[in-house]
Amino acid sequence: MSSSEKKQYTGAELVVQSLKDSGVKFVFGYPGGAVLDIYDAIYNQDDFEHILVRHEQAATHAADGYARSTGEVGTVLVTSGPGATNALTGIATAYMDSIPMVVISGQVPSSLIGYDAFQETDMIGCSRPIVKHSFLCKTTEQIPEMIAKAYHIAKTGRPGPVVIDIPKDLVNNTGLYDYEYPENIKMRSYNPTLKGNPRQIKKAIMAFTEAKRPVFYTGGGVIIANASDKLVEMAERINVPVTSTLMGLGAMSGTHKQFLGMLGMHGTLEANKAMANADCIVSFGARFDDRVTNNTSLFCPDATIIHIDIDPANISKTINADIPIVGSADDVLTQFLELMDRANLHHNAEAMDAWWETINGWRETKCLSYDSSGPQRKPQAAVDALYKATNGDAFVTSDVGQHQMFGALYYPYKRPRQWINSGGAGTMGFGVPAAMGVKLAYPDSDVICISGDGSVQMNIQELSTCLQYNIPIKIFILNNRSLGMVRQWQDMQYGGRHSHSYMDSMPDFVKLAEAYGHVGMYVRHDEDLNSKVAEAMAMKDRLVIVDIEIEEEEHVYPMQVKGGAVDDMWLAKGVKA
Amino acid sequence: MKHILTILMENEPGALSRVVGLFSQRGYNIDSINVAKTDDPTLSRLTICTSGDLATLEQITKQCHKLVDVLTVKNITHQEHIERELVLIKVNAADPETKDSVKRIADIFRAQIVDVHKECYTVQLAGQPGRISALVKTLQDETTIIEMVRSGAVGLLRGKKALVPKAY
Repeated sequence: MSSSEKKQYTGAELVVQSLKDSGVKFVFGYPGGAVLDIYDAIYNQDDFEHILVRHEQAATHAADGYARSTGEVGTVLVTSGPGATNALTGIATAYMDSIPMVVISGQVPSSLIGYDAFQETDMIGCSRPIVKHSFLCKTTEQIPEMIAKAYHIAKTGRPGPVVIDIPKDLVNNTGLYDYEYPENIKMRSYNPTLKGNPRQIKKAIMAFTEAKRPVFYTGGGVIIANASDKLVEMAERINVPVTSTLMGLGAMSGTHKQFLGMLGMHGTLEANKAMANADCIVSFGARFDDRVTNNTSLFCPDATIIHIDIDPANISKTINADIPIVGSADDVLTQFLELMDRANLHHNAEAMDAWWETINGWRETKCLSYDSSGPQRKPQAAVDALYKATNGDAFVTSDVGQHQMFGALYYPYKRPRQWINSGGAGTMGFGVPAAMGVKLAYPDSDVICISGDGSVQMNIQELSTCLQYNIPIKIFILNNRSLGMVRQWQDMQYGGRHSHSYMDSMPDFVKLAEAYGHVGMYVRHDEDLNSKVAEAMAMKDRLVIVDIEIEEEEHVYPMQVKGGAVDDMWLAKGVKA
Repeated sequence: MKHILTILMENEPGALSRVVGLFSQRGYNIDSINVAKTDDPTLSRLTICTSGDLATLEQITKQCHKLVDVLTVKNITHQEHIERELVLIKVNAADPETKDSVKRIADIFRAQIVDVHKECYTVQLAGQPGRISALVKTLQDETTIIEMVRSGAVGLLRGKKALVPKAY
């Protein structure tokens, strides 16, 4: 081919080339009729690696884990019909937590759309409420621009999943096309605001520097915006206490002296007390979710609320903001730091000393202490052991339930993107495939999944994927032989009637691990937890499932009292703060 | 409280379903909806009449604006605006007496009879929704309505103010 002759591409090759030029390194997927041509084009390339999962839901969670840990866009490829619908749970999970993801779904040929063809599902319609945007491809020529736009939309502004539905006839080998990847994406209808309004910035600084009892309340937006360093710099400069949502953990190190721990339903006493008593709350990239606020009518009545969010729709959605600022956490923190320097603004050091004295009083309650003396294992002790065995350095993914809360509370995360869990959607079955995505991105780091005996069975088939691609994650099952969080609510609100929260036909997880070609270990209550965990972590190149027997009766505390204020809390069974 | 939202969006397949879906997904009311392309065929203009308190309206506006296909959203209710609706009403007009009275009512309302059949008339009126409701009621009192269709309101701001795509 002479240099003047441009290379020509089939439709499927356009897809593959566009993915490559979008910077894709991994595609998580599962083939099927409608995407066979795309798979055929993938066969001939080595620009990205395709990971064949065992269920499309896991493809989305793995891409999600990859995206959360790296900040890059996760990529999924599934076929039409059931392939696409299986991906929906993972798309919803990414949507709720603002995770950048592109999902390419095959579709039946254009001529068959609307005819109830084999494996036809209206994927654009099915996914509409759970995507940031979606594209139905109409012509082959559109493919590069559509894919470029999808990646642009997925990762800019408030990130989120984007679906591209491509009918089979557009990617088969009948035609050849020119290829050009659009370098600059401009869309007249899509221009996210990044910088805060300078007047609002000034108002906010005046409010929180003059406040006597300010609190920083930070969320996943700080991590997504890569604003952690600036957050810590800002917080240290004015000596303000910082609390974080489940999604924001790690933005400020869990061991930082100004960090109060997580807030909300299972937050620490000091975090929730600080919120309730604050005269100024500065929220960065958090959305005053119901798992934080408890009863909104009782929420922090004395506080001036400064709400910084890239999504204007989040502001004043549940709690009215006194000083709203639309912008990215990173830009706004930069603006804060610059203006404080320029105007030589300082905080009220004397008032802050008094505020810290009050907070340290709440800290003395030691709300996370637990009784480790009994004969049964405590789940808290298991997470402690994981923390010690990994020096607090591991990437930790979790599923959903009690173990998730223990993982959030007892493993102080030291860096952003270290704690990977499904916060908004609360998707059981997230942990194992998400860990796969993280481990592929960081093969030299320890990646552990804290799971439960319920959750782990929701995507257990991925053990097979882990064997095929040698993904040596470590899975720790906090096994209480029941659906612990459901059981806890049944104990607290349904008179202890454990309706369908048992699992009395538990598989042998060790044999299960072995059946999939991995290593399985039990930790029974009379065995040494720390040494077993260390042994598992030492097997660097093997996937290990550690089935840790824990107490059935244990509840997650602290816990907000239903319908109360943010700091109305249970500290233990029958013990209110 | 009733509000008129006017939305400018990309004339793309599926764009309307995103707006409509958003309303049902978040539990907002749609009293009427009207959509068609504009002088620029790449743009569609939607008029949605909805109801809710101010906080709900603020959310509706923000959520609509968040849709990637949407360029601008404006609540025109509280500004000087023109609001119009079109109605077509097919009424029984079998006997000469009813024919006369339908004709008389149409004249009073400055409506037109746009289709004539030996047993029925079809009356057309464009105007403010209140005037249309009055016409419907008056015709109901006089004869029976066989069928009718209302377009839902469309609206524009008065004066020079306009919804136009921002330069980008």
